[in-house]
Amino acid sequence: MAQMTMIQAITNALDGELGRDEKVLLFGEDVGQSGGVFRATDGLQKKYGEHRVFDTPLAESGIGGLATGLAIQGFRPVMEIQFFGFVFETFDEIAGQAARMRFRSGGRYTAPITYRAPFGGGVKTPEMHADSLEGLLLQTPGLKVVIPSNPYDAKGLLISAIRDDDPVFFLEHMKLYRSLRQEVPEDAYTIPLGQANIVRPGKDVTVVAYGAMVHTAVKAADEWSKTRGIEAEVIDLRTISPLDMETIVQSVKKTHRAVVLQEAQKSSGAAAEIVAQITENAIYHLEGPVLRITAPDTVYPFGMIEDEWLPTPDRVLRGLEKVMSL
Amino acid sequence: MSKQTAVRHREIGLSDEQVLDMYRTMILARALDERMWLLNRAGKLPFVVSCKGQEGAQVGLAFALDPTRDYVAPYYRDLGVVLRFGQTARDVMLSGFAKREDPNSGGRQMPGHFGSRKNRILTGSSPVSTQIPHAVGMALAARMRNERLVTYTSFGEGSSNQGDFHEACNFAGVQKLPVIFFCENNLYAISVPLARQVGCERIAQRAEGYGFPGVTIDGNDVLAVYEAARTAVNRALDGLGPTLIEVLTYRINPHSSDDDDRVYRSREEVDEAKQRDAIVTFGAYLRSTGVLTADKEQALLRDVEQVVDEATAYAEQAPYAEPQEALGHVYAQ
Repeated sequence: MAQMTMIQAITNALDGELGRDEKVLLFGEDVGQSGGVFRATDGLQKKYGEHRVFDTPLAESGIGGLATGLAIQGFRPVMEIQFFGFVFETFDEIAGQAARMRFRSGGRYTAPITYRAPFGGGVKTPEMHADSLEGLLLQTPGLKVVIPSNPYDAKGLLISAIRDDDPVFFLEHMKLYRSLRQEVPEDAYTIPLGQANIVRPGKDVTVVAYGAMVHTAVKAADEWSKTRGIEAEVIDLRTISPLDMETIVQSVKKTHRAVVLQEAQKSSGAAAEIVAQITENAIYHLEGPVLRITAPDTVYPFGMIEDEWLPTPDRVLRGLEKVMSL
Repeated sequence: MSKQTAVRHREIGLSDEQVLDMYRTMILARALDERMWLLNRAGKLPFVVSCKGQEGAQVGLAFALDPTRDYVAPYYRDLGVVLRFGQTARDVMLSGFAKREDPNSGGRQMPGHFGSRKNRILTGSSPVSTQIPHAVGMALAARMRNERLVTYTSFGEGSSNQGDFHEACNFAGVQKLPVIFFCENNLYAISVPLARQVGCERIAQRAEGYGFPGVTIDGNDVLAVYEAARTAVNRALDGLGPTLIEVLTYRINPHSSDDDDRVYRSREEVDEAKQRDAIVTFGAYLRSTGVLTADKEQALLRDVEQVVDEATAYAEQAPYAEPQEALGHVYAQ
């Protein structure tokens, strides 16, 4: 089995799906000849031809609309948004059009598009590149939202996203692209959308995270185990829509305490939704309030201070301390 | 009418039966529109938008398309186009009453938001211009499958200011895709007049920036619209790329049943436009050529009235969707 980075696993998944199904198309800004600003589509135009892997003009909304037109006619477009922050330019085409196509037509038209976008903090990219805007997508019925935390999951989830009959937003954390390697099978495999993964079992407190925050959570949990002998259970959500509340609630019923981590700003996002659902489903099992450890409710800052702005391992430890003391 | 113009439709390759069919489609669109406004004023339909005044341009264009080959991504006034593509009076009324059997959306969408897979009509939405890049995507899909067809998309002149219009035109121009961009310039974007919408003289000029032809046609001249459309269709089928056709037309009714147009345009202007209405002028042309005899006209009007009556009665008694049906079709089951 090959060792792959997340970006290699993503390229590998795209390669496999292009080879398997001729309805799969790849397009966006700079994805063709250059292979993408992060090399995610490197070599794929050469292998599958300009008609299946192509560069579009620089016009995000037009690209989004193009994807919908192609999807309606039976293709499986995989469209790249160069940075997640640029999603505002094409938000109507995603949330207003593709995600509602099935509902609006009473099931006669569907738009099974995969939107890929790099995002996430910690790599010294400024505002609009690093933003975690996934909360915007959560209140979009008809859309699924996937955020992998490692190369293995990235491949299996991306293949599931492309094969899914609904539009799926697939978010790729930039910090994870090349920072870790993992064994990834060459052959295709799928990981079901909506199934969380317990990456570190524990009995004392539940830590819910996704994307890069999974690694921050595991690091904090390991340290706490060493220094305090307290075992945190870390859940990697993998998809935030659909949300695997069953896994979260089962864990909370066991640990009776929970914290939710996210890179995004605090209010009204994924973490807020998870806290709400924990209280709805498991309040009598809780020893204390569920805490959120997140970025503050301000605009994503410049690179020099982003490490302070994002939930740091220190802040996670302080959060855990607090939730255990309540 | 002079003798020379009397045979104009035959000179451009349209038979007497075809022009009568065109006229009937215009009359049916008008009759459905007027009935829906009446039903709205009677409190039976919640909302209506109108095609009134634009039927001639729509029908002239749509008859140059092939409903068994081409795709249309129409905007909300395109009743004339969707009738040509096989929607029936009953379909239109079911949509107006928002009944379960409405083929567009099962009562989920506003009237005028046409969409039917079997009739090759793409479903639309309320923010204007979103259908334009969809039509371009459909044209690219056809190109990839080596299918020889045209995709048509329409919009008002106000919508030609949206980014989606420009982004879609640009992509279609780069790829030389078989698209007809049809701008129904009725001079008002709800209340805002053309001069406050665009800085150029003609919407058709915008095509030049995208590397394909743009033409401006009198939208009340049904045969001229047909000819321009046919040229555009042939160009598209020959792989030469898109065309922007702008028709100068007029919206006789207010924007919608909730709009009061008296605050932004004079009655004189509207009355003057009514004189130039294609239903009036095309009817006169057909009478002058002898194609539309008094007997035929009476029979046609009677038939249309009957069709609209039947459609109204059917749609009015048809059941609404069950409330729980509004929760379905969000994700694949």
